[in-house]
Amino acid sequence: MSEDIVIRVEDLGKKYLIGHQVKRERYTALRDVIPRYAKRIIRNAADLARGRAIIGGEEIEEFWALTNLSFEVKRGEVIGIIGRNGAGKSTLLKILSRITEPSTGRVTIKGRVASLLEVGTGFHPELTGRENIFLNGAILGMTRAETRRKFDDIVAFAEVERFLDTPVKRYSSGMYVRLAFAVAAHLEPEILIVDEVLAVGDAAFQRKCLGKMQDVALGGRTVLFVSHQMAAIQNFCDTGVLLTNGRVTASGAIEDVVRRYMSASTALSQVSLLERGDRGGTGEIRMTEVSFKNGDGNYVQSFTSGGAAIIEIGLGGPRPRVAKNVRIALGVDSDLGQRVLVLSTHLAECDLTELPPDALTISVQVPRLALAPGRYGFTLYCSINGEVADWIKDAGTFEVEAGDFYGSGSLPMTGQGAFLMDHRFEIGSAAVTREKLEQLNSLC
Amino acid sequence: MKALETIIVLEPGRAERNYWRDLWSYRELFAILAWRDISVRYKQTVIGIAWAVIRPFLTMIVFTIVFGHLAKLPSEGDVPYPILVFAGMLPWFLFSSILSEASASVVGNANLVGKVYFPRLIIPTTAAVVTLVDFAINLVVLLGLILWYGFLPGWRIALLPGFVALAMLASLGPAFLVAALNVKYRDFRYIIPFCVQFGLYVSPVGFSSAIIPDNWRFWYSLNPVVGVIDGFRWCIIGEDSPLYLPGFTLSLVVVALSLWCGITYFRRTERSFADLI
Ligand SMILES: Nc1ncnc2c1ncn2[C@@H]1O[C@H](COP(=O)(O)OP(=O)(O)OP(=O)(O)O)[C@@H](O)[C@H]1O
Ligand SMILES: [Mg+2]
Repeated sequence: MSEDIVIRVEDLGKKYLIGHQVKRERYTALRDVIPRYAKRIIRNAADLARGRAIIGGEEIEEFWALTNLSFEVKRGEVIGIIGRNGAGKSTLLKILSRITEPSTGRVTIKGRVASLLEVGTGFHPELTGRENIFLNGAILGMTRAETRRKFDDIVAFAEVERFLDTPVKRYSSGMYVRLAFAVAAHLEPEILIVDEVLAVGDAAFQRKCLGKMQDVALGGRTVLFVSHQMAAIQNFCDTGVLLTNGRVTASGAIEDVVRRYMSASTALSQVSLLERGDRGGTGEIRMTEVSFKNGDGNYVQSFTSGGAAIIEIGLGGPRPRVAKNVRIALGVDSDLGQRVLVLSTHLAECDLTELPPDALTISVQVPRLALAPGRYGFTLYCSINGEVADWIKDAGTFEVEAGDFYGSGSLPMTGQGAFLMDHRFEIGSAAVTREKLEQLNSLC
Repeated sequence: MKALETIIVLEPGRAERNYWRDLWSYRELFAILAWRDISVRYKQTVIGIAWAVIRPFLTMIVFTIVFGHLAKLPSEGDVPYPILVFAGMLPWFLFSSILSEASASVVGNANLVGKVYFPRLIIPTTAAVVTLVDFAINLVVLLGLILWYGFLPGWRIALLPGFVALAMLASLGPAFLVAALNVKYRDFRYIIPFCVQFGLYVSPVGFSSAIIPDNWRFWYSLNPVVGVIDGFRWCIIGEDSPLYLPGFTLSLVVVALSLWCGITYFRRTERSFADLI
């Protein structure tokens, strides 16, 4: 193994056995149930005799959560692992942290590993904050002396001084997460493995945690990091690995890997909305299609910055009656999957108190589009009386081309931020500036 | 520095080469888990440690009445019957609580097993150590009984720790086995309470094992608890309760065998715990 490679994964595979419930009719007769039950007992008994695990369900299937995985991690590298839900990210981390064993292949790890697959593993609700710090520290692999040394830092980081001797079951969930993360953030292993733990906690605390982890990374430690937040991944990691259905489909510089991931997910969103099965809600209203128009009412392929934009949403679904209190929203995401803004009937103060059955489209009209040139994705949401009726994530994408937003003749630049904003520059005399400064000083 | 660097290789079916050293390096986690279980156990209970005493004490009274007074079974020498019963009750409760606590412990700590690595053998062992607290409290009760009856144990009482260890080993063997099986087949959750209840009557808790007919006595010791209880009585009661050596040896062999089986099975399956739990 070469000097600066700390993790080498070769041909790794992980197999799970999963059971399926056979689809059954709503009403089953007792004479159907009894033989089925007997068959299951016999099968379970046979499994027991052979020493195999019992899997629920009638049909058993082998499922490869990871197949032929190979990659290397260098010392001091901060590597992001991304992929859709169920791609196998957590499974990979579990193998690397020795929680479960691989089914094929081999992993070689050099150095002390600490893994953080969940915040607050082993926290006991009856124990106090102080006691839990020691408990959790030991579970994550710190010695008692180490925990004692870092105790004050941990408490300060978590900002829970006042509640140190209160059982954690009395903590608010935010405090709980803070305390749990504070312990984890003070780990000092050579290799740190972090699963999606930042999804919890408020935004400010998330930032603080990222900062702390960045310090860890700057300290020359190797970090493996899983997250669905592309912004965090890009800030934090140098390189990345993209997992798709248990295989590596891209690896290398993090920007390239994130771009591959995003373009793979927009390919999915180009499916016509009628065929989208992966949507939520009661289905009382179904959004059937989306089309784009410019200010003249013509259908267009893309919008221009500074021009009018109209997004028209087709409405379907079984609507025999007038639907009350309908709310429709459209979330716009950047190329990198970050939510840029939300357009909603609620925000624009035009909630649809009554939507008649013969309303077949609804359109969002933006008089002057303030988005920078680039590609944007959007999510559609519709609720009736506060109950989600339809919800399609990553419903589609649209392009914004450079346009004369400022009316100055110069075009906004691509890749320089997501927003355009009216602004002016003004030159003031020195005297005014000093006066202003004094005014400011007196305020402080 | 470089020489100290640990290299771990993960492969399917690869046995840990440094398993026991690894286990030793996790002793601090072991200690802290034991401390957790002990402190949680006595938080939020009104009379706390008294619970540990009530069960064996009441059982002792019932057994003394049923076996000693109604059935008129003989004691050993002129030992008061309550002392005879309590000297058997003590190891029996140690054995049975380890068996039930430890065998449920792995499933009970599912969140740890699924999220962090450590040698899993720690979990049932911790559960066993925790039951020692209750045992120690009961030992004090026994002391009280001894004083009450003005009964004087001999020098053999000094050997008691050895028999406590024997009781723990005797229960840990089956406990490891059941703890591992429990992960795969939750049926064992129902089997253990039944075994414990049943065991109380087939083990010489309420009576002296000297009343067993001679030609049965050797085979009776196939139940390892027989050896453990006889050992306890030999320590506490002394002269009047001589150790039946062939039977005791058989119990020792059974204990060693079950311990070996338990550990082997546990170690063979512990790598898949996280997938099944
Ligand atoms: N113990 C298990 N038994 C059976 N199947 C499992 C087990 N653990 C995971 N799987 C399956 O393996 C696949 C990968 O799961 P994994 O948790 O690694 O996904 P992930 O990439 O972490 O997803 P997410 O982004 O949602 O966290 C999933 O299809 C899951 O159902
Ligand atoms: Mg996951």
